[in-house]
Amino acid sequence: MNQTDHSRDWQQQIQEHHAKKSPLMIIGGNSKAFYGRRADATQVLQTRAHCGVIEYEPAELVITARAGTPLREIETTLAQHQQMLGFEPPHFGEHATLGGCIAAGLSGPRRPYSGSLRDHVLGVTVINGRAEQLHFGGKVMKNVAGYDLARLYAGSLGTLGVILDVSLKVLPLPETELTLRFEMHVEQALAKMQQIAPQPLPLSAACYDGAELSLRLSGTPQGVQHARSLLGGESVPKADHFWRQVREQTHPFFQHPQPLWRIAVPPATSMITLGDAQWIDWGGAQRWMYSETSSEAIFSLAQQHGGHASLFRGGEQPRDVFQPLHGKLKELHVNTKLAFDPLCLFNPGRMYSYY
Amino acid sequence: MSLYAEQLPPISLSRVEMVRALRRILPADAILHQPESLRPYECDGLSAYRELPWVVAIPDTLAQVQAILKLCHSHKIPVIARGAGTGLSGGALPRDQCLLLSMAKFNRILNLDPVNRLARLQPGVRNLAISEAAAAHGLYYAPDPSSQIACSIGGNVAENSGGVHCLKYGLTVHNVLEVQLLTMDGESVSLGSQALDGPGLDLLAVIHGSEGLLGIITQVTVKLLPIPECAQVMMAAFDSIPEAGAAVAAIIAAGIIPAGLEMMDNLAIRAAEDFVHAGYPTDAAAILLCELDGSNAEVSEQLLRVHHLLQECGATRLRTANNEAERLQLWKGRKSAFPAVGRLSPDYYCMDGTIPRRALAGVLQSIADLSQRYQLPVANVFHAGDGNLHPLILYDANKPGELVKAEQFGAEILQLCIAVGGTITGEHGVGIEKINQMCAQFSSAELQQFHSLKRAFDPDGLLNPGKAIPSLRRCAEHGALHVHHGKLAHPGLERF
Repeated sequence: MNQTDHSRDWQQQIQEHHAKKSPLMIIGGNSKAFYGRRADATQVLQTRAHCGVIEYEPAELVITARAGTPLREIETTLAQHQQMLGFEPPHFGEHATLGGCIAAGLSGPRRPYSGSLRDHVLGVTVINGRAEQLHFGGKVMKNVAGYDLARLYAGSLGTLGVILDVSLKVLPLPETELTLRFEMHVEQALAKMQQIAPQPLPLSAACYDGAELSLRLSGTPQGVQHARSLLGGESVPKADHFWRQVREQTHPFFQHPQPLWRIAVPPATSMITLGDAQWIDWGGAQRWMYSETSSEAIFSLAQQHGGHASLFRGGEQPRDVFQPLHGKLKELHVNTKLAFDPLCLFNPGRMYSYY
Repeated sequence: MSLYAEQLPPISLSRVEMVRALRRILPADAILHQPESLRPYECDGLSAYRELPWVVAIPDTLAQVQAILKLCHSHKIPVIARGAGTGLSGGALPRDQCLLLSMAKFNRILNLDPVNRLARLQPGVRNLAISEAAAAHGLYYAPDPSSQIACSIGGNVAENSGGVHCLKYGLTVHNVLEVQLLTMDGESVSLGSQALDGPGLDLLAVIHGSEGLLGIITQVTVKLLPIPECAQVMMAAFDSIPEAGAAVAAIIAAGIIPAGLEMMDNLAIRAAEDFVHAGYPTDAAAILLCELDGSNAEVSEQLLRVHHLLQECGATRLRTANNEAERLQLWKGRKSAFPAVGRLSPDYYCMDGTIPRRALAGVLQSIADLSQRYQLPVANVFHAGDGNLHPLILYDANKPGELVKAEQFGAEILQLCIAVGGTITGEHGVGIEKINQMCAQFSSAELQQFHSLKRAFDPDGLLNPGKAIPSLRRCAEHGALHVHHGKLAHPGLERF
């Protein structure tokens, strides 16, 4: 296993950028460059060299690794001990790093049932915009000392500093998994998702591809079989491949040239009409759709449904890729950014144009 | 002497003027300022620390809260929020020249949405009331702090409360979708959304455990879960604490995540047994309570496996509850452990450190050694699944010097937790109680980062001043007492 600590070099590099007030673009495996806005910086801090698992004890259910560690390596290490990342993160490329995964904050199909990426973050070591090395959170499940700044780094798109290492809660691999499939119309699929969600079933994914509803069950052999007998449906062979295609967006649905929008809504939200095709994941709480409609109209639509939208891939970069913030919420975002990175050194403009 | 180390800047209103100004916002009976009416507010659940409030305001509309905050903001009067007052770290401890803002009247469930499995709540709704209301739909709210009958959801968010089911179901932060708050200037903001995430930075996570320092929580939307079909509990007795600790690791390494996994040591076992007759073996060095939940099929399979694992780890006695009454009886001993221990001694001091589970045997041995040195008995109750220790130090406040001795003993336990890679507080919060230990857990730069974040929300530092995050000056004064990793804490600071 490759083990290298570059924290001192980085700290020095950031000190120099601080002195010159010159911004930096943070890049890990460059697998999620399509996501978010383009950072307004020409100089790059490449994080892949700072890598290696620092600590992993399966019985503690915690892994700590440097940010540049390949995500694949983390997952392989965990799988050797029958464990996994419960939030099933998308890699979007073979070089995806742990740091990039945390900074992007994206979770896969298991998210509604096992928790999001940020739910699994226990601690981080970072370098902030004053070139200070800081550690927040820890390696234990329960920790309320100080503000929970570790989780704040999840999904911050590198705008609050450089992540050096992360401690994550991990989960045991399910003993067995089974995917069931049901052919039905979209309204029926949405209704069925909501009908089964309040039931105590070992559900671990529920998505609809436009023609078929796929439900994944995870748990003990008898528990899964019992749930299957209640649900019916066709059992899907090689379902792992299907769920990987969903997670990585390599499924044919995701190979479309139009801009791809992600709309997050309360799960029981009725069908959102926008464009021709849509993919419903997370038991109804995450809707993927292609549309050339103006971003303003889509943001407003998402808001009407009690959720928020983001332009996930493709399209001309509009002013806002993520749901625009207003009023006090916008003010708190700007203040928080400046509290960590007063000179706006890190990934300026990557999340919102104004910071 | 004040419990607060530093003076607040002088304020421009006298108490009489403040009461007069509040009368323009609130009816007279919603403002308390006479000593006899202030008395019930002088402490929260940590009754060892008391201060008579300056003025208490008990609004019942959002507009009133907003107007109070604007008034306080314009006169630079600090505000301390209080929920049900059950906190265990003195987070709602009053302070002179600070307004104590009680949110207790905001106790309505605004909307229970069984289809989206969420509940929108005013901050004063009691924790248990959420599950009671959701039960009709086969749903419940998972976090269950031991005070759940009384504690309120606003306080749960402010403290990021836990409970006995955290390993499987998480803390408050894992079960809240959206929080609405008023910042100190009286402006409203919503963090998170009714979907599974919100736009921008995850400020919702930051609000959890922020102990009333960032805003006044006015509405909380929580996630509801399906009530498991079946829950079953098994009790195992062990002749030694290391064996019980090894059994915990074995269950988790086997890929089983119990809904609850609790440990009690001999003194706690005897106290609980004497108090509620739960059926615990009083000669055991430690017992484990392991609860499994899920479908009937799942639970039966896992019970069998846990039974084998516990046997292999040297359990001297194993008992599975045969019915719901027996299950509740086994839990009753654990749930009444604190009052049971309370019967052994006039006072006890409850600690809340969290450690990596592998350090358990060593830490408990060190606590036993400290107990000898301080000549104060300790009973240990432990959320074994998530590493959260609750040593209960027995003392008598009426004996001169015993409270100070108990506090010093407690501080040493927290130092021990930090030394093994743990934390000073797992679920009770820092409040006023553990503020000095924060100096040992965090560096000056980290504390400064906390203060910068605080200023992002509350630039004038008016919300709950003196709690949760120590000033660097306080650490410089306190730091001289502690040598951390062989180095003096905060070497760059002047000593006073």
